[in-house]
Amino acid sequence: MSNQLRDSAAVKTLTNKLARLERPIRIMEVCGTHTMSIGRWGLRKLLPPSLQLISGPGCPVCVTPVSYFDALWQLPDVTIAVFGDLLRVPGSHGTLENARARGMDVQVVHGPEQALKLARKRATVLAAVGFETTTPGIADTIRRAAEEKLDGFHVLCGCKLVEPALCALLDGKPDIDGFLLPGHVSAITGSNAFDFLPRDYAASGVVAGFEPVDILAALVLLARMICAGEPGVRNAYPRIVTPQGNQHAQKLIRDVFVPIDTEWRGLGIIPASGLGLAPRYAHLDAARHYGLSLDPVPEPPGCRCGDVLQGRMLPHECPLFAQGCTPSSPVGPCMVSSEGSCAAWYRYERA
Amino acid sequence: MKEHNDIITLAHGAGARRTSALIDEVFQPVLQLPTQDDGAEIDHRLVVTTDAFVVRPLLFPGGDIGKLAVCGVINDIAVQGATPRWLTACFILEEGLPIETLRQVVESMARTARAAGVQVVAGDTKVVERGHGDGIFISMTGIGQLPPKLELGVGRICHGDQILLNGTLGDHAVAIANAREGLGLDPPPQSDCAPLHTLTAALLSAPGVVFMRDATRGGLATVCNEVADATGLGIVLDETQLPVNPRTAHVCELLGLDPLYLANEGKLAAICRPDATAHLELMKQHPLGANAAAVGTVSDQVRGVWVRTAIGGLRPLPMLDADMLPRIC
Repeated sequence: MSNQLRDSAAVKTLTNKLARLERPIRIMEVCGTHTMSIGRWGLRKLLPPSLQLISGPGCPVCVTPVSYFDALWQLPDVTIAVFGDLLRVPGSHGTLENARARGMDVQVVHGPEQALKLARKRATVLAAVGFETTTPGIADTIRRAAEEKLDGFHVLCGCKLVEPALCALLDGKPDIDGFLLPGHVSAITGSNAFDFLPRDYAASGVVAGFEPVDILAALVLLARMICAGEPGVRNAYPRIVTPQGNQHAQKLIRDVFVPIDTEWRGLGIIPASGLGLAPRYAHLDAARHYGLSLDPVPEPPGCRCGDVLQGRMLPHECPLFAQGCTPSSPVGPCMVSSEGSCAAWYRYERA
Repeated sequence: MKEHNDIITLAHGAGARRTSALIDEVFQPVLQLPTQDDGAEIDHRLVVTTDAFVVRPLLFPGGDIGKLAVCGVINDIAVQGATPRWLTACFILEEGLPIETLRQVVESMARTARAAGVQVVAGDTKVVERGHGDGIFISMTGIGQLPPKLELGVGRICHGDQILLNGTLGDHAVAIANAREGLGLDPPPQSDCAPLHTLTAALLSAPGVVFMRDATRGGLATVCNEVADATGLGIVLDETQLPVNPRTAHVCELLGLDPLYLANEGKLAAICRPDATAHLELMKQHPLGANAAAVGTVSDQVRGVWVRTAIGGLRPLPMLDADMLPRIC
């Protein structure tokens, strides 16, 4: 929240640098928090038209498939602990918010450990979604539940990994010149985790923080690498992110989870892109304990969230945008999550 | 994937878009209210307003449901330019409620009313079975008197008018969130819950006030959107002028909340004719206006509500679909 990172003179200097791009470039911001910050500060209106920012698959709610929500509906009468953003995502049977109004015990938690408290009173299923940023906290909660031998606690695992999704995206040869890499995820994984970008795909990425000066400084760095044709990965968020990342958190994730093939909304099944429980914690798996089906379910007709998540389409280019699909009655997940690209576009970029 | 809109959800009570839709679809067609304001002038310069209070927890830093009810009703009357005079209170109590809790709430209600010079003149009590309420719900009605010749209303708002705010945004919502969700802030943040009738009276001593509204559920953003909708004029807020307590700002960043949308219980927006310096000075001299600021301007050059961000960007500030924190008032 430092004022230097929100300094309008610094912003001006950086936007002036970006105004002199040698050629038009397209940059994907992978992380939903970047999407929100760009909107919240009105950054798009300060950027030259030659620099296009497109939102990527980095909002965990957006990439959680319909089948995940439908699985929650299959649960018997237990407490479901969810993060607030999941409440309004429509599954095949409606939203959890509606389910709650009809009597399902849905409790909003601000951190996964709150589910332990709920589970001490009543059988509870933690709806665990998120990327590397939230996964360590979820892993720690699972470890504690196992230590405590908390019988009533189970997890429906929907946690995902950023790297396999970026690879799947790049394998589709998208029209993207470089990536604004997620600062929070990188704090856990380390910036070295993105070395595959230049190595395997000749693509560039810069790890960025979330303040306006952070984002613009990263864009300047990224634009320079792209225009020079020298792919690489740089860390423009060194006050938080190290090359190796948080190794304690990484170990926690490795101890509790194993990589599994998992379904992404709009992207389909990506090999080894999700996290399932390691054998010693498998008894806490809600899908196994309650026999839930996670078979893929068709996406709602007309929904183009998949194209939006892959940067093939800007939110307002979807035929449903602001027509059949609005934040008050969302069709696809990108319109639901506060970090979803369509919700951010609806809120910040529409007018 | 059909969305079920046939039952009430918490979003219908958030004071945002879904509340408006509920009023438009269910209440207005049959009740045909003459106004959709929080209060209405009934006769002989009398105004009436009514409000329900369902806050959880019942006692919170800076107030309790009794004080909240009195302040809420006084403020709805005060922003119409009227002097609050009489209140009635209905209590819906849940079986099992400790009488001591009720006593605390009623004493606080009485204290707040007495200090504000208003009288609780009638009341009613009902008890519901355990599990059918949440300790105490209060419904309160208030009557106030308008001074002769005072005319306030959205219809009087013009291009160039200034928007004044009497202090920091979001403190009530953050105090409740901390008390309820165990955010662990120490010392706990205080609600801004306060009666605003002496502040409005002070403001009205200078000519040029055209409209006032307390920024409760939905926050300043919702007030601005209602004004923009009703007038067809635009509003541009200046982010560098918006008063936000540093700790509130911190909690908002952490939880992903926007202080512009958070509920206040002791804040009002006053729309005044330029030059509004005199009004700003009057606000600042009042104990409830130490952090007052001129936060924005009414404009016929834009449509809707916008924020000029601290770095010079411009972002829209639409009506939210629903509040993120239910049952905070």
